Amino acid sequence: MNTPIVLPILIPLGTAAFSFFFWKRPAAQKTIGVLGSCTHLVASLTLLHQVYHQGILATQIGNWQAPFGISLAVDLFGAIMTTIAALMGFVVAVYSLVNVDNQRIGYGYYSFLHLLLMGVCGVFLTGDLFNMYVWFEVMLMSSFVLLALGGERRQLEGGFKYVTLNLISSAFFLTALGILYGMAGTLNMADLALQLANGRSTGMVITVSMLFFIAFGIKSALFPLFFWLPASYHTPPVAVSAIFAGLLTKVGVYSLIRVFTLLFTQDTAYTHLFILIMAGLTMVTGVLGAMAQNEFRRILSFHIISQVGYMVMGLGLFTPLAMAGAIFYIIHHIIVKTNLFLISGVARRYAGAFDLENIGGLYRYAPGLTILFFISAFSLAGIPPLSGFWAKFILVKSSLQIGAYTIAATALAVSLLTLFSMTKIWDKAFWREAPASNALRPNTDASKLMPRERVAYYLPMILLSLLTLVIGMMVEPFFQIAQLAAEQLVNPEAYIQAVLGARP
Amino acid sequence: MELLTAIVIGGLFGAAIYLLLTGTPFRLIIGLVILSNAINLLIFVAGGLTPGKPPLIAVAEKQLLTASADPLPQALILTAIVISFGVLAFTLVLFRRAFDRLCRPLVDLEETDRQ
Repeated sequence: MNTPIVLPILIPLGTAAFSFFFWKRPAAQKTIGVLGSCTHLVASLTLLHQVYHQGILATQIGNWQAPFGISLAVDLFGAIMTTIAALMGFVVAVYSLVNVDNQRIGYGYYSFLHLLLMGVCGVFLTGDLFNMYVWFEVMLMSSFVLLALGGERRQLEGGFKYVTLNLISSAFFLTALGILYGMAGTLNMADLALQLANGRSTGMVITVSMLFFIAFGIKSALFPLFFWLPASYHTPPVAVSAIFAGLLTKVGVYSLIRVFTLLFTQDTAYTHLFILIMAGLTMVTGVLGAMAQNEFRRILSFHIISQVGYMVMGLGLFTPLAMAGAIFYIIHHIIVKTNLFLISGVARRYAGAFDLENIGGLYRYAPGLTILFFISAFSLAGIPPLSGFWAKFILVKSSLQIGAYTIAATALAVSLLTLFSMTKIWDKAFWREAPASNALRPNTDASKLMPRERVAYYLPMILLSLLTLVIGMMVEPFFQIAQLAAEQLVNPEAYIQAVLGARP
Repeated sequence: MELLTAIVIGGLFGAAIYLLLTGTPFRLIIGLVILSNAINLLIFVAGGLTPGKPPLIAVAEKQLLTASADPLPQALILTAIVISFGVLAFTLVLFRRAFDRLCRPLVDLEETDRQ
């Protein structure tokens, strides 16, 4: 048993269970929640360090030999995702100290936040498809609770759509699993990769792969399956939106990348072209949706959809450079997107509303916040030298290399439109004077932050903005890690060997 | 036997999707229940039906000598049942809360008018 692999799952579980003992005692839960996420971050960094130096790690739960037991396997991609998830968990845990009200915290907010992190990390670390389904359910259940916790009218309305569509997605996942088990007789991903490579009927395999595509497509909000996302992400407290925006769709993208690099590579001319077309449509519809919106968090929600298109585009191109681009894009996107949602919360704290028509003048009253927004928003749009520029640069370069000019042009046009809708927020919320209709004018007593609030709000945002800057300025080491991870994905032999052991 | 189960599964999937598409919350929940049952049956059949041969090792032997039923699909179904039960319980409560809060009855207004 290899303990470092299990720790990123066990630590959130322990934290969640422990803070259930402090039901309705917010102060204790806050302490436990932040300490737990701190430990989680350290454990994930250790795992990343170990995977980086020793290569792919695997462990068999309960010492049942693969492929009979449940395997946990972590390659560099999984380790990177775990680390980023833990980092977002930590950042949001700190931010929640002041953003989430004491009643929600008393009723187990931090417990469910950690259960969500456990589910997310479980998906990243598992080497077994059915186990992945179970982790998905763990993640979904806690996200349902986080979304509905508080029971406001809007939350329940958004939760209704979110829950229904995600249940249908799980149903597709389970159906695909059942048929795949019938075909291959195993659910261990490494073993499945071997079985599917050994001359199964390609038609059946592609049919099953499309079932997986729909299941994960709903989770990662691909065109035309994204409707649950903009309907629900703007309803819960900002801290919850932020962790959802950072992690949940990316879990879907991770699973897509995992199954379409390891399992379904029989007919890439068909499947990956299909994925590429869907990616292009996702980018375009997402950004057009964002341009039509006028509410801070709804604009950001539609941008998640369009950005998911870029990550999936990397998978669709399916060259080593494009996969590296996709991984780099995911790293950049999780950091920037979470940060933008966190910023929207503080902007609302100052200006009193999310609706862009009713707010303004933040540049004058909160120059620090303005700088943070500037860094993140223009990184999202892909302005050099910020991290988003490099992410898009790698993707566009890799598509030009193999002559996929249409998708390259789409990606460039969409990033221009992204810039347009970011300038809309910039112009209305930050740059212009506050309109007379703004009930809670900035700089009134009600919008002043306590020193304690100031620290808990600004510390996470500054941390993430600095990270964006660092990735943008020193792109080389980050890109190298992404490239290593992409190599492991494109050549799955090492992964298979790590899980199944050295067998003939 | 497999053919018969396959037809039943097809019927269940069809009914579930029809109910999901009607757009009434009450029918939606019934649709989800039927859908999860259909999938459980599907996993059961996809693993291959081997009636009358339990995977039990005889007292004198050390391993299974004859082909026998695959126990894994049943374990998978058991897990899926537990999960779908939990999720369904949560969904019911959420829908109930939502419709208490949104001041609409659980069955759509249109539906009650027709009766």
